[in-house]
Amino acid sequence: MWDYSEKVKEHFYNPKNAGAVEGANGVGDVGSISCGDALRLTLKVEPETEVILDAGFQTFGCGSAIASSSALTEMVKGLTLDEALKISNQDIADFLDGLPPEKMHCSVMGREALQAAVANYRGEEWSDDHEEGALVCKCFAIDAVMIEDTIRANNLHSVEEVTNYTKAGGGCASCHEGIENILSKVLAEKGESFNAGGAAVAAPVAASAAPEAPKLGTLARIRKIEAVLDAIRPALQADNGDVELVDVDGKNIYVHLTGACTGCQMAAMTLGGIQQRLIEELGEFVKVIPAAKESLVSMGA
Amino acid sequence: MSDIYLDNNATTMVAPEVFEEMKPYFCEQFGNPSSLHSFGNKVGFALKKARKQVQDLLGAEHDSEIIFTSCGTESDSTAILSALKAQPERKEVITTVVEHPAVLSLCEYLESEGYTVHKLEVDSKGRLDLDKYKALLSDKVAIVSVMWANNESGTIFPVEEMAKMAAEAGVLFHTDAVQAVGKIPINLKESAISMLSLSGHKLHAPKGIGVLYLRRGVRYRPLLRGGHQERGRRAGTENAPAIVGLGKACEIAAEHMAFENTEVKAMRDRLEQGILAAVPNCFVTGDPDNRLPNTASIAFEYIEGEAILLLLNKVGIAASSGSACTSGSLEPSHVMRAMGIPYTAAHGTVRFSFSRYNTMDEVERVIQEVPGIVAQLRKLSPYWGENGPVENPDAAFAPVYA
Ligand SMILES: Cc1ncc(COP(=O)(O)O)c(C=O)c1O
Repeated sequence: MWDYSEKVKEHFYNPKNAGAVEGANGVGDVGSISCGDALRLTLKVEPETEVILDAGFQTFGCGSAIASSSALTEMVKGLTLDEALKISNQDIADFLDGLPPEKMHCSVMGREALQAAVANYRGEEWSDDHEEGALVCKCFAIDAVMIEDTIRANNLHSVEEVTNYTKAGGGCASCHEGIENILSKVLAEKGESFNAGGAAVAAPVAASAAPEAPKLGTLARIRKIEAVLDAIRPALQADNGDVELVDVDGKNIYVHLTGACTGCQMAAMTLGGIQQRLIEELGEFVKVIPAAKESLVSMGA
Repeated sequence: MSDIYLDNNATTMVAPEVFEEMKPYFCEQFGNPSSLHSFGNKVGFALKKARKQVQDLLGAEHDSEIIFTSCGTESDSTAILSALKAQPERKEVITTVVEHPAVLSLCEYLESEGYTVHKLEVDSKGRLDLDKYKALLSDKVAIVSVMWANNESGTIFPVEEMAKMAAEAGVLFHTDAVQAVGKIPINLKESAISMLSLSGHKLHAPKGIGVLYLRRGVRYRPLLRGGHQERGRRAGTENAPAIVGLGKACEIAAEHMAFENTEVKAMRDRLEQGILAAVPNCFVTGDPDNRLPNTASIAFEYIEGEAILLLLNKVGIAASSGSACTSGSLEPSHVMRAMGIPYTAAHGTVRFSFSRYNTMDEVERVIQEVPGIVAQLRKLSPYWGENGPVENPDAAFAPVYA
């Protein structure tokens, strides 16, 4: 069984706002019965103020899909449409005290339904650009489509590169066989073959990280990291997101992503990008890691 | 009220008599059965007895045809890989699309290594087409591996007939009988089956013990080489307590074979009949005329299996589901898809699997609870209206990008 939080169970056993809202003027349908989950979000919006007066959901799906839908309706009630659109899937997950990585897509579906309902209210077209594949890396919730796309876009050739760009495989390492298989497949498309190179044993960390010690002193190094993050920040804020430095521990740099850039795939993309910049600027190999849950500010209750 | 366990195809309770039988082999009779001294010697005799008990349940001709392994999965892998190693010139395998991952994942891996794997399809009741099977048998095939009974739908395959056809074509035949052993009578000496896998924890023995039956004279290559245990066919010091437990479990299973096919079957039938009478838009999957006596697989349309399981669990009923969400994959059960169960129902399949420890009272309680749970979830579903499925669900629910 899944390790669901009490909050998820509460919203599943006693969902709030189930059913369609009377007199709804914004409707968002996402998912389909063939995918195993589908959500219809209905909103009643006050035209003058654009405040969401009422929200209701109808969901076909598993426990966390129903809980995410219930959470979403609770979160958006009373917000203006613009405020509501700032809700990310991570916010929905945080509201529920977290979701298992395999279930993050349920919160993504909630966010998409919200976007679709707002677009419907505003008479706009909404299109989904989110394609989902089988989950490969359970530590960082990275799926096969994401890994394939990143390999293609960046011409990657090794598991290590895939980890550097996507985080996939950077945790427990048990998905490395899966990543190697994806590499073989994508490289075969280009007529290349995947070569694991070298022995199949992991080199001790000390040996592989030998090159040279960080040139900068600790404080200077942290300042430099902050400067890099500051430079990236405007781009993130343009997407309603932000990044915050949480901790630096040797080669591991812990950050907290907020807002729109926390979508399960975008987050990894963003983190990969930040890591690349940091490596270039610091002149050493570092790992950018999303900070652990406890340090996240929960939007709860 | 105590909880109701209806997930016996996933695993079973260790029978109290089995546990009793195992106890001395931890702290008292702990010797290595290979040792000459009295500590080991007694254990050696206990293993001999267990081997005989397994032999009797399977109807095997010789006790030396029983090889103890660590689980059903190990037995499956050993059987298939042995056939490939022993006949390197044969590069094909025949199996079915509905096998357990213990066979299917291995076959996928073999494909990536250059082997050709033929996967027989099934019809809407989960049945095979034996003409197609016959056409695939040739001297290029190293082994056929077909499960005796399906773990999800309970459908039984005609493995004895298929083994005969394989033997006539000179091809080895393996069956994953993990779900069949202990539930339906088996008599290997009268069959043409070359190898058979079973797993202790499906018949009230502990987890982590399995058997590979290997017909005398079948060419064989071990998976694990090392010590001379199991006559050199499976090295590694024997898991004596578990083997003793499995032996006892086989003995008890043989005694209860009639009970399984009358009383247990009656509970399963009553559950199906009760649920189908009370819940609209649901149906039984698999082949009703040819399936395990203990398995009911019911598809509930327009709702999702994991949600059903969570609500069942809340009222103390344990079952399982072939829905995608329970496994963490995006596809619903490969078994349900292979039978062509529509997506509207495939995600909502629930498997109730019985054992001799269930009671008719429990069945009635489940029949009481299920209709309310299904109605509660359908009320949330966008595909369900006031009194039934919305008309033309695909059109009524229209994601903009579908
Ligand atoms: C048909 C079938 N084959 C193989 C297995 C695997 O057995 P084990 O868990 O002992 O490896 C199972 C059990 O899940 C099964 O149902």
